Amino acid sequence: MSKNMMSKNKTSGASVSRRGFLRNAVKGSAAAAAAACTTVVAAPPEANALQRPPKPLPPDAVGLLYDSTLCIGCKACVTACKEVNHMPPDVGAAQQGWNAGGGDKPIYDSPVELSAKTLNVIKAYSHGTGATKDAAENGFAFIKRQCLHCADPSCVSVCPVSAMTKDAKTGIVNHDPSACIGCRYCVLSCPFGVPKYDYNDAFGEIKKCQLCKQQLAKNELPGCADVCPTGATLFGRTEDLKAEAKRRTALKVGEYTHYPRGDIAGKVGGPRSGHEKLVEAAYQTHIYGEKELGGTQCLAVSAVPFDKLNLPTNVPENGYPTLSEGIQHTLYAGMIAPATVFAGLAYLAHRNTKNHTDE
Amino acid sequence: MSSQAHEHQPLGGRVLTLPFLICAALVAVAGVILFQRYTQGLAAASNLNDGYPWGIWVAIDVVIGSAFGCAGYVIALLCYILNRGEYHPLVRPAVLASLFGYGLAGLAVLVDLGRYWNFYHMMLPWYAQPNSVMLEVGLCVATYTLVLVVEFAPAFLERFGIEGLRAKLNRVLWVFIALGVLLPTMHQSSLGTMMVIVGHKLSPLWQSQMLPVFFLLTAILMGFAIVVWESVMASLNFRRPMETPVLSKLAGLMLVVASLFVVLRFVDLIVRGQIGQIFGGPQSGWFVAEMVLMISGLALLIPKANRNRSRALFLSASLLLAAGILYRLNVYLIGFTPAVGPWHYFPSVKEIMVTVGVFALEIALYLLFVKKLPVMHAVHPEHG
Ligand code: SF4
Ligand code: SF4
Ligand code: SF4
Repeated sequence: MSKNMMSKNKTSGASVSRRGFLRNAVKGSAAAAAAACTTVVAAPPEANALQRPPKPLPPDAVGLLYDSTLCIGCKACVTACKEVNHMPPDVGAAQQGWNAGGGDKPIYDSPVELSAKTLNVIKAYSHGTGATKDAAENGFAFIKRQCLHCADPSCVSVCPVSAMTKDAKTGIVNHDPSACIGCRYCVLSCPFGVPKYDYNDAFGEIKKCQLCKQQLAKNELPGCADVCPTGATLFGRTEDLKAEAKRRTALKVGEYTHYPRGDIAGKVGGPRSGHEKLVEAAYQTHIYGEKELGGTQCLAVSAVPFDKLNLPTNVPENGYPTLSEGIQHTLYAGMIAPATVFAGLAYLAHRNTKNHTDE
Repeated sequence: MSSQAHEHQPLGGRVLTLPFLICAALVAVAGVILFQRYTQGLAAASNLNDGYPWGIWVAIDVVIGSAFGCAGYVIALLCYILNRGEYHPLVRPAVLASLFGYGLAGLAVLVDLGRYWNFYHMMLPWYAQPNSVMLEVGLCVATYTLVLVVEFAPAFLERFGIEGLRAKLNRVLWVFIALGVLLPTMHQSSLGTMMVIVGHKLSPLWQSQMLPVFFLLTAILMGFAIVVWESVMASLNFRRPMETPVLSKLAGLMLVVASLFVVLRFVDLIVRGQIGQIFGGPQSGWFVAEMVLMISGLALLIPKANRNRSRALFLSASLLLAAGILYRLNVYLIGFTPAVGPWHYFPSVKEIMVTVGVFALEIALYLLFVKKLPVMHAVHPEHG
């Protein structure tokens, strides 16, 4: 009874200040809107005030250079990758019917896409008659897909439990399943669609190429670079590979040139002879991975534009973590803003709960 | 103190009503599906794949479900921070709804995590990866769920007559109330930041560095809308008088927040030079649907008289809620295209039934709690 009276009084007494409150709320929202607009206006996507600086490549970063014009599509690298990494066979959807083998073990490995069973895959582009190698029109071309080992990797930035890490020296992006919680944020965030999870396993793991770090530790070549017969997949320091990529993209059709095999420096896995070959198709000047999203340690060159090879090309030159981490670091720098807000809220809550219990 | 003890009353009545039993059956169905999920893997119960590693279990159960849980946040903000005592009757039901919203979002995470047995790594400092927006969200949500338990504890303590502890708790409750406002502000905005990193894979209709702002606004808006919606539903189903005077004030606030959202959304599109996308760009229909819901919801509230009509209020709250849901669904699922395609995703029946089960559990527990615990504001005869 008395409570009811109270609340009635309060309502009428509050109506004046309520208007004030609404007015303030409107003013406040207008101010917030204005502030938000100025931030966006003042910060076009390039040269963004919120962006943190991009991360440079470690000087001794290693990677692969894939040359689509040298690739003959033999998929020796796919098999070698499975072997050195102890990965199971993977059967493409179209082969599922006849390729069951005895029992449930497939006998023929025929992956069509990266998956939890396949860290490396060769895919083919074809157009029209598909007659000419390395031609975008009426031709075909190959592309190798594996982790690119980004300079500023999204997968490392998003992982809440440090299961994805980037080696400070080699720059190799590693995955530790014993830490991983399986949130698949790395799968979602990778700009190149690389990490994969096994949805058919009750205890599935995230899988991706780790540049055969176990082979490198033994001074042996990554499986794919080791077996590649043409040098289409070449291992080396990223800086050396970039120089080699630049040399190749400057070559003219009809030039006779030397293509190395294995390790470009001839150290890992011992020296190997390369081979001489005519340049048959004009290289694109675009070196994939040189600039994409802050650069990647694995690079690719090709005679067919990379968007045709189904690689993302409409991407900025700074890694996405520069913006997402930038926003987060701005808001949470030293936790000063949250602490201040908390202090204010605590003060108000303290004062106001007292009022409320008094009533 | 003693007068306060009578402020809230359990609604009483039968627990095993038809709605409760239906909910219980749905929960059981979800349980069977989850058995498959835990014994055979995620694919046995869902259409999740490497192109769409996050499906409705993340987008609906967690991202939208936690926005449903923002009732407690906005009401605590109004009641205790802005000192609007008239919202007091709404506090407990709102906190309860939030507790379930968040608690079950947490449960849904365990359903979705591919390596759930490691989930506690999120809480161990030596695993922490401070740049991860998800880590911030996870820790924030976990802490906030505990805060909600504490905020709701008075109802328990009151019911079981543990007055000494209740008095003690009341003295420090302000700390939890402050946390209860700070934490949702942080993680609801961060839910938006989480999608910034997917970059070009999210359509320019939604990809923006304003994502945290839009997620905070939809959290507040959906919080208000849920309060209105629940209040009207409770009045209808439990035959309680309408709380329209208080609700009409909330309606004014909804109008402000929804308008701000719409204006900022267009400003953002113009500034980013993507305004043309709304005319027939890919997925533009979803953007239009989102805006139509939002604008019709707020337009209903423009005539002041409507803010006192429970029907108009209910309709508007429903529209705004739908707009918020669709916005979040657009950002997390519909506007998303995998980097290297083609991939397809549409939730499987089993997947949908798990989501339904999660929400059914929420409703069943809510019904149980309001009947058995002093949650609802006591109704005084002279009201009727
Ligand atoms: S390509 Fe993807 S998985 Fe590999 S380092 Fe970059 S972000 Fe990570
Ligand atoms: S799935 Fe594992 S590795 Fe990937 S982000 Fe989540 S915890 Fe990290
Ligand atoms: S470096 Fe090793 S893991 Fe990576 S693609 Fe080559 S063989 Fe496979």
